[in-house]
Amino acid sequence: MSQTHAHGAEPPVQPFESVVIRFAGDSGDGMQITGNQFTHTSAVIGNDLATFPDYPAEIRAPAGTRPGVSGFQVRFSSSDIHTPGDQPDVLVAMNPAALIVNIKDLRPGGIVVVNTGQFTDGDLKKAALNTNPLTDGSLKGFRVIEIDINKRVTEALKSTSLSSKEVQRCKNFYTLGLMYWLYNRPVETTMKWLDEKFAKKPELAEANKLAMQAGYNAGDIHEFFQGRYEVLPCTSMPKGEYRNIMGNDATALGLVAGAQLANLQLFLGSYPITPASGILEALAAYKHFGVITFQAEDEIAAICSALGSAYAGCLGLTTTSGPGMALKTEAMGLAVSVELPLVIVDVQRGGPSTGLPTKTEQADLLQAIFGRNGEAPIPVLAASTPSDAFDCAVEACRIAVQYMTPVILLTDGYIANGAEPWKLPEIKDLKPFPAKFQESVPEGGFLPYSRNEFNARPWAKPGTPGLEHRIGGIEKAHLTGHISYDPENHEFMCKMRQQKVMGIRETIPTPPVLGDSTGDVLVLGWGSTRGAITSAVEELRKKGKKVSALHLRHMWPLPKGLENIFANFRAVLVPEMNLGQLVRVLRSEYTQHNFISYPKIQGQPFRTSELTKKIESILEK
Amino acid sequence: MADSQVLTKKDFKSDQDVRWCPGCGDYAILNCVQGVMATLGIPRHQLCFVSGIGCSSRFPYYMNSYGFHTIHGRAPAFATGIKTANPNLSVWLVTGDGDGLSIGGNHMAHILRRNVDVKILLFNNEIYGLTKGQFSPTSPQGIKTKTSPMGSVDRPFDPVSFALGCGATFVARTIDTHQKHMEQVLLAAAHHKGSAFVEIYQNCVIFNDGAFDKVAEKTVRDDKTVDLRPGQPMVFGKNHDKGIKIDGWEPVVCSAAEAQTWRSDTHSPGPAFVMSQMDSNPELPRPIGIFRDVSAPTFDEGIQQQIQKAQAARGKGSLEKLIHSGETWTVS
Ligand SMILES: Cc1ncc(C[n+]2csc(CCOP(=O)(O)OP(=O)(O)O)c2C)c(N)n1
Ligand code: SF4
Ligand SMILES: [Mg+2]
Repeated sequence: MSQTHAHGAEPPVQPFESVVIRFAGDSGDGMQITGNQFTHTSAVIGNDLATFPDYPAEIRAPAGTRPGVSGFQVRFSSSDIHTPGDQPDVLVAMNPAALIVNIKDLRPGGIVVVNTGQFTDGDLKKAALNTNPLTDGSLKGFRVIEIDINKRVTEALKSTSLSSKEVQRCKNFYTLGLMYWLYNRPVETTMKWLDEKFAKKPELAEANKLAMQAGYNAGDIHEFFQGRYEVLPCTSMPKGEYRNIMGNDATALGLVAGAQLANLQLFLGSYPITPASGILEALAAYKHFGVITFQAEDEIAAICSALGSAYAGCLGLTTTSGPGMALKTEAMGLAVSVELPLVIVDVQRGGPSTGLPTKTEQADLLQAIFGRNGEAPIPVLAASTPSDAFDCAVEACRIAVQYMTPVILLTDGYIANGAEPWKLPEIKDLKPFPAKFQESVPEGGFLPYSRNEFNARPWAKPGTPGLEHRIGGIEKAHLTGHISYDPENHEFMCKMRQQKVMGIRETIPTPPVLGDSTGDVLVLGWGSTRGAITSAVEELRKKGKKVSALHLRHMWPLPKGLENIFANFRAVLVPEMNLGQLVRVLRSEYTQHNFISYPKIQGQPFRTSELTKKIESILEK
Repeated sequence: MADSQVLTKKDFKSDQDVRWCPGCGDYAILNCVQGVMATLGIPRHQLCFVSGIGCSSRFPYYMNSYGFHTIHGRAPAFATGIKTANPNLSVWLVTGDGDGLSIGGNHMAHILRRNVDVKILLFNNEIYGLTKGQFSPTSPQGIKTKTSPMGSVDRPFDPVSFALGCGATFVARTIDTHQKHMEQVLLAAAHHKGSAFVEIYQNCVIFNDGAFDKVAEKTVRDDKTVDLRPGQPMVFGKNHDKGIKIDGWEPVVCSAAEAQTWRSDTHSPGPAFVMSQMDSNPELPRPIGIFRDVSAPTFDEGIQQQIQKAQAARGKGSLEKLIHSGETWTVS
């Protein structure tokens, strides 16, 4: 602990452009809440930000052990940022396990705040440590701030009637208060949140406020730090109104918006699964938008109920993650066959099987594009950031309704739980795509499998007089939709469904190139790798390297014009959090070009530094 | 089509050729259902038939109404989606013993537990018809089929017991060859608000011919079955001379005069369950008719009520407000 200025003197405030804090503790220590509150406050004061919550699959692994460590990394900045940062500047470690698991990531010279109240011999043993890292030299090269937070919180909450166990639960708000002081942020936003959160238990709201205030005051009184820091609001972000948004929430909002733009009632059939449950939870709260949420008995029932609702005239929706996606496969085939609007959201996580439920991955791409029996084309979209999930959800609804088709929207764990400032769209910029129901018998009779300019079939919902018709998964005759085993008809229908989906290309733009349209390396990404790719490419371009980036949102069908872009680069680098799935698709679709695969499959997002290194190695060749 | 127009059985026949084997029990059921629809006078456009996969599940194609032939076992989930999306529809689900109790057993349990207002007709032929004669979860133990050449080791379960165990609010059983009985049961099911589960003994002439002959064949039927009619004594026999009463915990045969009055609305489904297990005793007649009929709030109504309540409390959601909800800030 350093004491460089006289007690009571106002410490200097030093500006920083961008800071990364990682809060780490036991999964019972409330680190996710702490991180979210810090994020929220930083958002409200106008920083650009990005977050990376990283938590264990077990709800409560044995307390104090390494597998039980839960972390939340937040980067806040006065300039535009795209990632939560490769290395934390500050690590808050609530116990030895949190310290030992995370210290390797801390930037050299970084600050580590340690709760010494949790460093007994027993605590060290739980973390499988033979020596105490506070004294054995492991923390050399870092600025270590030792605080007995257990004791400080006990003192701060002396006057309350809470049990000692309840008091210790307020520790995270002490650290939050301390960080608010250090980075010169107001406590009011969190105060307000506590009042709302504990409206029914005001004594808990009070206790957490006391703990937070004690942490805040400790910054002033105890002089742990040489000074305070400031990260000014980010003024380089495009002008407009912003809010902080997490990916799952943005997805939910986008789906509600999509249904409104389609003038349809939204029906969600879903079964809880990490990391997708947040969408079901969010939509369950939008009943006043007429949203029906049905928590089904399994993922199969979830998609089937949604498809049933689509037959009845709703916008069908189902949300899940990898294992649930596998279960939905058969019903997706039926959705292709009956041609009804259905949005399927897959929040990808580490696989195969249960895999790494709380970690991120992009390994469901081929499953989404091809993973069904028979010729069953389904358009696939992928969101690239938390706020982009809103736009992608709206786009998924548009395609589903306009083309009468199931649509798969891929996000992932990193997007689902990550947060960033979202520039709120102008309502008038959201183009409506109202669904048109067949409402009466057309001249010449009703043909359920006739087609419009998009090759979409008419949508006639039960309850409409005169349009009674039957649909199902047996091959249907062109136009009439009657059961047909005719060989020629089957081929015709397979091609028709294919043609319909490929025709979506006509309504999707060629994505813009970031950087020059010609150069040495084009970094082609999809999904949540966008932030790291953008940062890496911007960094290298500043050094004068001929590197550009292109990010895909429409994964299937692929947009038109890509081959012309690829032709202007020596090589196309494809980083993906899988063993090279997009690259396989590209190699079969664009045989002329040189694609270099850069797979990473560790349940962790790419770091900017990993990408710059890889790109530089290609440039050297 | 005007709603006031009197509907006839013919109105519900679709233009599709019926493709069941000649002599299949499914024909009799189709015929009866079409008649019941005419009696009920439900406009065709308000009627939706949903099915899974199996011979029985071809049913919707033959009804001139809305229909959805879905995937194997999942019809309850589709029906739940349809009924919840539009509670004004009259939704009927047709399934088989394999479709509804094997691959779809889970969904069947849950639609019944939730009490979704859907009428469920389970055609029980104690065999997988469409896949050409493998044993099903209702086939008697020891049945010899292509997949059980030495006799099946599986113990069957009873569909009525199953439905009762799931908390179904209406449970009944009828027989394909007993048109009058079937008609009464189907009408009662139609008038029940909530899930109505009807097991229909259905003869598969090709793969399990005569499976129910011992109880359902016309010449023995009166002596081998007892019709459970709510509020009526449990009398049976060609001469209406025999009855059923409960002795201790067990049903026993008695004289018609001693027959106990059947109640389908007891607080506990226990009595109905006891009746459903009479199957396993060959000395006793097989109960058919209405095992259970109690009222309970339906799932689809509950969902709609929550939406109305939310809209009354918070006003209909607007896109503008939705996007701007939460704390916002402005970059200028
Ligand atoms: C996922 C799936 N598995 C297996 C089948 C094959 N299959 C079709 S119908 C059926 C059994 C039908 O038996 P049941 O429900 O009793 O109907 P029935 O034909 O006897 O009326 C089976 C196994 C299928 N269509 N789909
Ligand atoms: S196989 Fe059996 S159940 Fe199927 S149609 Fe033929 S007779 Fe009917
Ligand atoms: Mg069968």
